[in-house]
Amino acid sequence: MGRKLLLENAHIEGIRYYDTYRKNGGYAAAEKALKSMGPEAVLEEVKKSGLRGRGGAGFPTGMKWSFIAKPEGVPRYLVCNADESEPGTFKDRYLMEFLPHLLIEGLLISSFTLGANACYIYIRGEYAWIPDILEQAIAEAKNNGWLGKNIQGTGFDLEIYVQRGAGAYICGEETALIESLEGKRGNPRIKPPFPAVKGLWQCPTVVNNVETLAAVVPIVKYGGDEYIKLGTGKSTGTKLISACGNINKPGVYEIEMNISVEEFIFSDEYCGGIRNGKRLKACIPGGSSVPVLPANLLLKTAKGDTRMMTYESLADGGFATGSMLGSGGFIVMDEDQCIVKNTLTFARFYHHESCGQCSPCREGTGWMEKVLKNIDTGKGKMSDIDLLWDIQRKIEGNTICPLGDAAAWPVAAAIRHFRDEFEWHVKNPEEAQRRNFGLAHYADPLPVAATV
Amino acid sequence: MAEEKKLFKVKIDNISVEVEPGTTILNAARGIGGDVVPPAMCYYSKLQGSGGKCRTCLVKVTKGSEADPRPMPKLVASCRTTVMDGMEVANITSPEVLEARKGIVEFLLINHPLDCPVCDQAGECDLQDLSYEHGAEGTRYEFKRRTFDKIDLGEHIQLHMTRCILCYRCVFTADQLTEAREHGILDRGDHSQISTYIQNNLDNDFIGNVIDVCPVGALTDKTARFKNRVWFLKPVDAHRNCDNPKCCGKVALWMRGDEVFRVTARKDQYGEVENWICDTCRFEKKDAKDWTIEGPRKIDRHSVISQGHYVNTVKPKDPLVDVLDGRQPKLLFDIHTQSEVNRPTIDLSKIDGPAHSDDFNKSQS
Repeated sequence: MGRKLLLENAHIEGIRYYDTYRKNGGYAAAEKALKSMGPEAVLEEVKKSGLRGRGGAGFPTGMKWSFIAKPEGVPRYLVCNADESEPGTFKDRYLMEFLPHLLIEGLLISSFTLGANACYIYIRGEYAWIPDILEQAIAEAKNNGWLGKNIQGTGFDLEIYVQRGAGAYICGEETALIESLEGKRGNPRIKPPFPAVKGLWQCPTVVNNVETLAAVVPIVKYGGDEYIKLGTGKSTGTKLISACGNINKPGVYEIEMNISVEEFIFSDEYCGGIRNGKRLKACIPGGSSVPVLPANLLLKTAKGDTRMMTYESLADGGFATGSMLGSGGFIVMDEDQCIVKNTLTFARFYHHESCGQCSPCREGTGWMEKVLKNIDTGKGKMSDIDLLWDIQRKIEGNTICPLGDAAAWPVAAAIRHFRDEFEWHVKNPEEAQRRNFGLAHYADPLPVAATV
Repeated sequence: MAEEKKLFKVKIDNISVEVEPGTTILNAARGIGGDVVPPAMCYYSKLQGSGGKCRTCLVKVTKGSEADPRPMPKLVASCRTTVMDGMEVANITSPEVLEARKGIVEFLLINHPLDCPVCDQAGECDLQDLSYEHGAEGTRYEFKRRTFDKIDLGEHIQLHMTRCILCYRCVFTADQLTEAREHGILDRGDHSQISTYIQNNLDNDFIGNVIDVCPVGALTDKTARFKNRVWFLKPVDAHRNCDNPKCCGKVALWMRGDEVFRVTARKDQYGEVENWICDTCRFEKKDAKDWTIEGPRKIDRHSVISQGHYVNTVKPKDPLVDVLDGRQPKLLFDIHTQSEVNRPTIDLSKIDGPAHSDDFNKSQS
């Protein structure tokens, strides 16, 4: 069983409240950071730990923190991105609901490191009940001297504010989040300037995911050297995976990044295999916006290695034969699932969530949805598949923010790996309304390249 | 002596130009001029913060700078990317850029109603020019286009949201020129729209400028709607002493004969206004007597407006006199004495809305 860092104490009853959290070693890391380490030492530990952003892009957190501009007399801000709206991802919700103090401790240490005296938690509007939990925890922390003025006599001040979003996926993009936080329309900003230079109210700002900030606590507690021992290669530490789909045990799992995808899906410790004894058809390993992989490419890379639950291994082979770890929204599909319908669902989601600021995404997402809907309802043409491919290619990379890419990738991957299922839908429009394409050859062993 | 500013050397489509640091790629290209200038639908040099949204000005940066020669991984919006020393940019020399631009034009047009035949902007529409120069011949879109209900914006400005490409220029205009912005973007995605939320008149000293900045026919001048096609009108430079201190009073009058059909600001070669004008000049001074006329306005010869051939033209000789051996033709009868229509005494510009046969009916007047 892998070691747990974030969810170590999640099973303890009442860990949501300050007293229990404190009794179980809570705020020890904050004490250590504030009293004996100092900002530079913490930053050094975070850099040493190799912690990568858990929001999806996997950018090294230590590097991000060191980019923040430090002009004199200008306040700096830390923003916690809790706008977790990616279909399939629900790990931050678990953290905030059950371990709010872990997040607050992480925010405290991170703000101290960055020199920020105000910190905002931007929380998804649909998580209506969580702001109350967080605000209660913030009040508790304040009463016990962990927030407010002169924290624990160190002279460091910090206020944490919880801001609810209005339920827009786009506000998970850091600059759109900042705009929304400022009370404006949540349109992503054009970069540069990056938030590290001009973010919230034109001041240097760091935006990090909930899990990233929470992971700072064990890093400080155990040290970066200890953290780097977990995981493999550049995927250090543990990662929360929210597993869902046709599996026996959906839920949030903390994994050490050294297990294989096969183990994660089939072992009883994690997902417990496919539900109802069905066979695995496909999987989206990192939330809706990463490419979908058929079973054979999911378990083995194109080179024939076992695919591991790490940033690098899941991305092995690029988008041609790989995917991404993304935000850890692990969606498993069994043989009864229809890839066309699934792609349509995602396309509809991105159409609905596009902010409408730049043209390729605004117009292209809706177009893709309509074409996919035609194919799904049996009105498709063969040329539609190529048309879809062309549309996604013209959206990807040409937009202001990554939402355009996120809309294009699932469609691209579905066509790349499941083209025959699309063609079957076009050729057998009536049959496709009655039954699914099934597993077909998607779990067959990969052809091995002939060696001379 | 002031220290000489260091200029950045930039190469756009293999043409070198030196520009000041902080210049955008688009403006550097405008410094060169000609075909290397990327088209811009949302960028407006006179409006702060505009640009980056339409993505038609995408270019490829093949060399980042002298210090860091790596190319940029994605195409960048040239209107919002500043140049670096030694940067090399490919615009029309990059097939990738042309391909992407073609895609963008297709995206912009899939929900555009293509009602150019009845659109007042036709002939001076940026989207028309863009699709003519960079678009494909046909569309592959075969679904219903999205439409919007009409929104009343008051007596001067007509909004046709269906034609809008969401460039945000009018939003920036209202923010930066007028005292209060009353309209903005509502909703998101392909159903986002320019609106006042609760029906509201756009009534502000400089709000008429949104008509000039609109690249398509989404915002048109109600006082000139359907009066005439722009290519039948002759743009004439004129000025008047305007009381409004922010208004320059320098305008272009769009005339036919002695009638003033429309007053707009003067636009440069990139379709951007040279100076903002106030609403009084734009909507209320529709008489040639109000203005001091400077002379005909130069229009790009590629524009359909220049088809009127009114500058430096020689009046063709009437061939009839030669045919008739020097005799003058005899007027048999004046058509206007016989016909109900085409009465020359009626000023087309004074008629409300499109001309109708009733307007020429003798018994009516």
